[in-house]
Amino acid sequence: MEGTVYCHKKRNLSGRLAEHWVVIVRWNRKIVTYLLFYSRDLTAFVTLYSHSPDSLRKVIAQVPEIRISHAPLQPEPGEKPPALVASVEASEVRGYLLSRGNSAIADEGFRWLMVFCALSIFGIVVLIASELVIRSKMAWGKFGFDFFYKAFIDTYTNQPQYWDPVNGHFSALPFLYGTLVSSFLALLLAVPLAIGVAVFLTEMCPRALRGPLAFITELLAAIPSVIYGLWAVFVLVPLLREYINPWLIKGLGWTGFFADDNPTGLGFISAGVILAIMILPIISSLTREVMLAVPNSQREAVLALGATRWEMIRVGVLRNARIGIVGAIILGLGRALGETMAVTMVIGNSPEIHRSLLANGSTMSSVIANEFAEASGDLHLSALMELGLALFIVTIIVNAFAQLLVWAVTRGAPSQAH
Amino acid sequence: MRKERKVRAGFRAWEDGLATGLAVLSTVLVVAPLVAIFIYLIYKGASSLNLAFFTQSPKPVGEIGGGMANAILGSAILLGVGSLLGIPVGIAGGIFLAEFGRGTKLANAVRFTADVLNGVPSIVMGIAVYSLVVVPQGHFSAFSGGVALGIMMIPTVCRTTEEMLLMVPNAVREAALALGVPNWRSVLSITVKTASPGIITGCMLAFARVAGETAPLIFTAFGNVGWSEKLSEPIAALPLQIYVYAISPYDEWHRLAWAGALVLIVLIVLAVSLVRYVTSRGVLKGAS
Repeated sequence: MEGTVYCHKKRNLSGRLAEHWVVIVRWNRKIVTYLLFYSRDLTAFVTLYSHSPDSLRKVIAQVPEIRISHAPLQPEPGEKPPALVASVEASEVRGYLLSRGNSAIADEGFRWLMVFCALSIFGIVVLIASELVIRSKMAWGKFGFDFFYKAFIDTYTNQPQYWDPVNGHFSALPFLYGTLVSSFLALLLAVPLAIGVAVFLTEMCPRALRGPLAFITELLAAIPSVIYGLWAVFVLVPLLREYINPWLIKGLGWTGFFADDNPTGLGFISAGVILAIMILPIISSLTREVMLAVPNSQREAVLALGATRWEMIRVGVLRNARIGIVGAIILGLGRALGETMAVTMVIGNSPEIHRSLLANGSTMSSVIANEFAEASGDLHLSALMELGLALFIVTIIVNAFAQLLVWAVTRGAPSQAH
Repeated sequence: MRKERKVRAGFRAWEDGLATGLAVLSTVLVVAPLVAIFIYLIYKGASSLNLAFFTQSPKPVGEIGGGMANAILGSAILLGVGSLLGIPVGIAGGIFLAEFGRGTKLANAVRFTADVLNGVPSIVMGIAVYSLVVVPQGHFSAFSGGVALGIMMIPTVCRTTEEMLLMVPNAVREAALALGVPNWRSVLSITVKTASPGIITGCMLAFARVAGETAPLIFTAFGNVGWSEKLSEPIAALPLQIYVYAISPYDEWHRLAWAGALVLIVLIVLAVSLVRYVTSRGVLKGAS
């Protein structure tokens, strides 16, 4: 067995110039293993790369002063790299490597290609935004800010006209209302359940159940929106129409929120329920992540003071994780605001504002899905584009905000998942 | 005093039990709809699934039979175009984040933008691609649908690639560099190769996610009742067809919608289970 020493200077991953010493070990003229040294006297730390554990064992047996480390050493901050030693033995391996030439051009080229692809992500977002701005200019020029809060009042009937493609009156008001109402209904239903699930999964659940339940919530997140919609149209809406709605009208009709004038079962309530089912997994999985980031010492400290399990969860876990949980809820809200297909299929699609939650409505995304392909004119198209732009801006703000909140909590605290 | 403490302890125990009960109840309430959806889907879908579903195009309204072969082919074409666009760009972005840009401001900005892009509603993506591709082209096309799906794949692929590459130990990279391997070669055939099971998993996840997307296809791929395999023409897609059939008034079409939904969900569940299997097995553990 013979070894060839070879010294190589490279910038390492932290950008420092470092020397690596490689010993290439050969047995019967065949390379059997590489030993990688991080310092000049070959006795120090070594990382091994081997073609077979057997050859590795042989090498270790022959060089007793080698100490094995699996984690490479970082060079000391102040340490000056030793000058390149001239007396490196000439070897065929070294000659071969030198004859490979300089890879600087290829390396730089590859680097720039990767940077370009990364920058294209910026490009896409900018392109989407600019395209939406350009195409919505016409509606913006005609209506300005009025688009978002004013309605056209019909002079004959004295009724507000929100969305009238025939006469060219467009106002986003009913869609803003619909989006907000359905999203908040969804949050109202989903948040307590999601937190309950997260608490159960992290703090109470027997270990055997944890995996399958987490898997099921993950599956819930992977079901396409159109399948939720399909299920909602054929199962959820009839269920609400036959059983829940009459009960709501009877019990809470006096509040005015549940009027008995829509026999279809479609409407804000249906949209809110299906949205809640859809955003549940997002909120609960993020909440779970945030709760797992709370250090165990917090739980132990509270328990040591004699708290019951629920008091431990409330004081030790939920209170510490509250910012992250708020982030998770806002992320769920962002998803609910932009959700299209399932909502379009169950909300009833009428551009009106009703106080009753059982009435038909329409959201920003559902009106785009319904009317965009057959828009009646440039102004109509432009108004729809402006709705899209508004949706784009709102979801970006909501998501960015939520992302920051979640980061603030999970960063730093090492996750204790697994 | 003693009695008071006893009452208080009783209340605390009761409160603890109540909280436990509520947590269990909410878990049941969350699992119930999923189980309901699955059972109903399998019940409805399996009873209407047959060979014709996979081999025939839809029949005109009123005729019994027909299938969604054109939509299955359309989905495959759209996903193919989308993957061709989204996966290379996504992986390259991930390589940049993990290998070249670690800790730099640019990388943080790219990561943040990818997260933002991930949160953009799919319908907005649809109208953006409509005005970027469909309007200049002058007509709806399979190509534009593929572009929309591809763009939606980029952030997921990019972020999972980054995460997987970060799990590759530095020693592997340094070993390659120390042996004089050019950096690009070391990244592609050492680092990326080590992380490849994870990266493939991420691509499948992104694939499964866009396979069910409907909203961005409504005004890009548009749908097609007939057989079409041209990139320049409107094309049918499985989720789009399910949507159209679900809101139609015909029982026969509802039947097809359920069958289509079952096919779609089986595909997605398979992908997600595979992903879960691969990540829980810790394929990368062997490398560290």
